[in-house]
Amino acid sequence: MSKVLMKGNEAIGEAAIRAGCLNYFAYPITPQSEVAEYLAHRMPEAGGVFLQGESEVAVSYMIFGAAGCGAIVFTTSSSPGISLMSEAISYIAGAQCPAVFVNIVRGGPGLGGIQPSQADYLQATKGGGHGDYRLLVMAPASVQEAVEMVMMAFPLAEKYRNPVMILGDGLIGQMMEPVDFPENLKTEPTNKDDWASNGMDTRGANSPNIVKSLFLDNKLLNDNNMALKAKYDRMKKEEVRYDTYNLDADYEMLIVSFGTMSRVNRTAIDNLKEEGLEVAMIRPMTLFPFPEEAIRQASLKENCKAVLSIEMNMGQMVEDVERSVQGKVPVKWYGTCGGDVPTPEEIMNFIKEQK
Amino acid sequence: MQKDVMFAGFGGQGILLMGKILALAAMDEGREVTWVPSYGAEMRGGTANCNVVISDRPIGSPVIRNPMHLVVMNRPSLEKYGPLVRPKGVVLINSSLVTADTGREDIDELTVSANDIATEIGSIKSANIVALAAFVARSQLVDFELLRECVKYEFSKNEKLININMEA
Repeated sequence: MSKVLMKGNEAIGEAAIRAGCLNYFAYPITPQSEVAEYLAHRMPEAGGVFLQGESEVAVSYMIFGAAGCGAIVFTTSSSPGISLMSEAISYIAGAQCPAVFVNIVRGGPGLGGIQPSQADYLQATKGGGHGDYRLLVMAPASVQEAVEMVMMAFPLAEKYRNPVMILGDGLIGQMMEPVDFPENLKTEPTNKDDWASNGMDTRGANSPNIVKSLFLDNKLLNDNNMALKAKYDRMKKEEVRYDTYNLDADYEMLIVSFGTMSRVNRTAIDNLKEEGLEVAMIRPMTLFPFPEEAIRQASLKENCKAVLSIEMNMGQMVEDVERSVQGKVPVKWYGTCGGDVPTPEEIMNFIKEQK
Repeated sequence: MQKDVMFAGFGGQGILLMGKILALAAMDEGREVTWVPSYGAEMRGGTANCNVVISDRPIGSPVIRNPMHLVVMNRPSLEKYGPLVRPKGVVLINSSLVTADTGREDIDELTVSANDIATEIGSIKSANIVALAAFVARSQLVDFELLRECVKYEFSKNEKLININMEA
């Protein structure tokens, strides 16, 4: 199929439909409102449902309800909206329902700003809501990758019966790039008769499926949470995804960076190479599970003097980078948190200062 | 080789569309391209701008602080972005609305009375296409014939506009 020029937000909406998701509930918020705008006309056209809730809280429980009934369902929002949804996300994880959440991150805390930011890294990877749960989190660095990750998110959510989050930023949502929609990422409907509240047809009248996250019996709660843990351990084994740049070189510094920020670093790495300084990069594509082992191995390369976590926030992923490097080489952080995307020159200056 | 351009003016002048049509033409040439709008508390009559980056290699940062080329459709944009253009860049000024110039000698300055030309050929709304055509003719960022095709494609729902824009 030939490429089309599309805005990230619209491409995300189209990707969900092409992945086979025909249920979308949402509430508008900058910088992702174009997803709802696009799907308001495209969903009915595709035979699906778009319903705008009265708030993000309402939307998140529509997602829970639909997922609990066995539907393939997703929503999109931005940081403050995701905070409002976090209670339901915790419930959905506890009740083991598949659902996809897209967070086109804006600056925070509070209402913050609306420019590109990566300040929801910790919220996405370490909780957001309460209790023992994890989300499978993917971070796209281009509109094309946003499309692919959205299309991968639905089968992953089904596979693990767990919410999957796509963590983008304002630039991914607002930017137009050429996109090619993959044909092979359609989500196959799975049989959910053993857990979903999908009608009593296949069950006896006395054995309804109950979708819940309340387990007052200590043992039952422990069993449920250990089942969750087993899923998260399996994700760590099977779902780690990352990209590398200039990793074959004899590099002096290793950058760890995701999403939009990683693109700027790529330019900085190219420019530094011309100046005679070799720098490599590992770009986590999944933020949970985190590519710990790849980063650890890369940090141990002979001439690697430092590992640099470069993020558009005040230093969040750097904690996971430190955990991965395990103190073998110094880990430093660089970033901005006001909404300005650092320039390649700023990144180059920071790297040179570390020499 | 990476090239970039900023389009700037009032909301309603078709600033974002100029960038989009250029991006379409670049995509059709098989090149890498990004289009980034200013977004936020925007309103009709407020300022609007967008950056287009065209490259033969995957594009790093799509956000450009010092553009290579600049197309300004109104005066505030010239004052704000004129000084930021990199030396040797093309700066196209819509002289129908902007009487000033950049005052710089290290750039290739081009004035086009886009609104007047557009009014003459039938619709003042085509001022953006007039400016875009003049800019592409000067900067050679994309093939001019291909740009014509992209203008036709973008206005394919309205034949009258195509004719006006083709003259532009």
